[in-house]
Amino acid sequence: MTLQQENRRLSRRLALVALIMFGFAFALVPFYNEICVALGINSIEKANAVANTQVDLSRTVTIEFDSNTHNLPWRFRPLQGYVKVHPGELTTVEYEIVNVREAAVTGQAVPSYGPQRAGEYFQKVECFCFTQQTLAPGETRRMPVVFVVDPKLPKDVNTIALSYTFFEVAGRGGKS
Amino acid sequence: MRWITTTNHKDIGTLYLWFSFVMFSIGGLMAVGIRLELFSPGLQFLDPDRFNQLTTMHGLIMVFGAIMPVFVGFANWQIPMMIGAPDMAFARLNNWSFWLLPFAASLLVLSFFMPGGAPGVGWTMYAPLTVQMGIGMDLTIFAVHLLGMSSILGSINIITTILNMRAPGMTLMRMPLFVWTWLITAYLLVAAMPVLAGAVTMTLTDRHFGTTFFNAAGGGDPVLYQHIFWFFGHPEVYIIALPGFGVISQVIPAFSRKPLFGYASMVYATSAIAIISFIVWAHHMYTVGMPVTGQLFFMYATMIIAVPTGVKVFNWVATMWKGSLTFETPMLFACGFLFMFTLGGFTGLVLSVVPVDIQMHDTYYVVAHFHYVMVAGALFAAFAGVYFWLPKWTGHMYNETLGKWHFWLTLIFFNMIFFVQHFLGLAGMPRRIPDYPLMFETWNKISSLGAFGMGLAQLLFLYIVVQTIRSGVPAPQKPWEGADSLEWTHLPTPAPYHTFEVQPVIK
Repeated sequence: MTLQQENRRLSRRLALVALIMFGFAFALVPFYNEICVALGINSIEKANAVANTQVDLSRTVTIEFDSNTHNLPWRFRPLQGYVKVHPGELTTVEYEIVNVREAAVTGQAVPSYGPQRAGEYFQKVECFCFTQQTLAPGETRRMPVVFVVDPKLPKDVNTIALSYTFFEVAGRGGKS
Repeated sequence: MRWITTTNHKDIGTLYLWFSFVMFSIGGLMAVGIRLELFSPGLQFLDPDRFNQLTTMHGLIMVFGAIMPVFVGFANWQIPMMIGAPDMAFARLNNWSFWLLPFAASLLVLSFFMPGGAPGVGWTMYAPLTVQMGIGMDLTIFAVHLLGMSSILGSINIITTILNMRAPGMTLMRMPLFVWTWLITAYLLVAAMPVLAGAVTMTLTDRHFGTTFFNAAGGGDPVLYQHIFWFFGHPEVYIIALPGFGVISQVIPAFSRKPLFGYASMVYATSAIAIISFIVWAHHMYTVGMPVTGQLFFMYATMIIAVPTGVKVFNWVATMWKGSLTFETPMLFACGFLFMFTLGGFTGLVLSVVPVDIQMHDTYYVVAHFHYVMVAGALFAAFAGVYFWLPKWTGHMYNETLGKWHFWLTLIFFNMIFFVQHFLGLAGMPRRIPDYPLMFETWNKISSLGAFGMGLAQLLFLYIVVQTIRSGVPAPQKPWEGADSLEWTHLPTPAPYHTFEVQPVIK
């Protein structure tokens, strides 16, 4: 084989490696999602299985509710500012959204917690954040959140703020 | 026309070197703008948006426009001469990989003049901010595509040249270490650059084609971007550092008049660094909420990289041990590299410890750390290389007195800029913020003054190089007594336009 042929062969192989690595970047996407599922990270869209329902009457925890929208023509508010619950107690609260745009809009709510570490003790049995919500023009919808605060909540946490932010779902059938 | 159509490896090397100097000046001016704003608390010259744009473009231009091309310039000039090859394997492709760069650079600079300005997202281009930016972001994405393409083509060329075109008798384990480090770097580039191309392509489709790789509302995840980016980003750190290690491994033996201590261990250490660099990426993102097991894994893997790096530093010092040392400018820069790079390595080791990193994350401590490895590591190595090979390239000796001035000014001003940033970081000053509380004022003033000084000192460098090309004293074939690679022993000074058309036989 001449030097030129040999050079070309090697360069083709290296180009193939580059191409495979380009594909590898995209392969990381499903791989990452699988890892998250396997390790139980990032499971905000899943209902929690409540293991311990022993109500701890000796403690009272204040849950404060907050709501935000991100570039979304919706009015979104909790129907109660706060509730006081005992850890282990099954509680239902309600949020309300109003679509003020004259078109159907699809949104996805993402929860966050303050303090952040309270998140793992805040078990949602039912939540509107588990699915995308599509609202007709002008539609008003009341949506429940059913939750249990794990009695294993650290002793120094007496107040948990639950905050939802609604994002518009564009691209996947939603209209922006 | 000669410079546009040239396929000569020396011409292309020169083009790369001048291109990276131009980019170094542009990126440097941006840094001066940043330091001007940070000279005093409050907002003086730049609004916060413009400030973010400057930090972003400073990073991108310095990494992709200055530091990477300068070492490709060295590779083009030196690799064929050091292994006794007539030219690069694919001469025309070589021309093309260079000429992609000016277009990519223009896209980056043009983004400042787009509505909304250049992207102010940081050089890491994290989602979700990148999904929201104006049209300047699209220009940047295309620029990154072009830059990536250029590096991949260049690397394929370099690997092929090194593996197939060595002179008879030049076995792999006889190659100069600069060639070895470039061989390994080129493999890193071929494996890592496409991953970055993938990440920015996903950003592009998220922006315009309705995909939701990184958009939380559509089921994507911004943290995923960070994983993909740093899977490229950490090998990138070594893509920048390894060729610099190669230059230092040529310079130190030459001025110690001793062969390099532990040649084989250098080769193995370089390979080990390259391989481990692919499994440490998440140490850039300890604070994203990963499980403790993950943090521990990445912490230990990161600490392990310190071992082969330590082997290299040990070997350089052992090479100097009992050598007949002289301190001409290249050796001064090599010694500066040794001290400053080791310091940057140590702060890196500090940052690899998870609890410490969570405290220092995104503070000036991190800024100080990576400028010690990027500037005092890679840039000092590049200066050492320029002074070392300038006589061979131009046929003239540079002005030794001015060269020494350049070194000492650069060293002092560099430390003035960045050493104090350790203190700022430890005190809690966050990076990428145009304003800061009054208590940080003193160190910021010192840092800014250092930055202005360092900028001016580089004008001296430009003067020295131009003076050497135009009117320096003619240099002998082997101006450095201890240098022993082929370009010194087999070729006249200046190196003729065509060299090794008949390959030498290495005994």
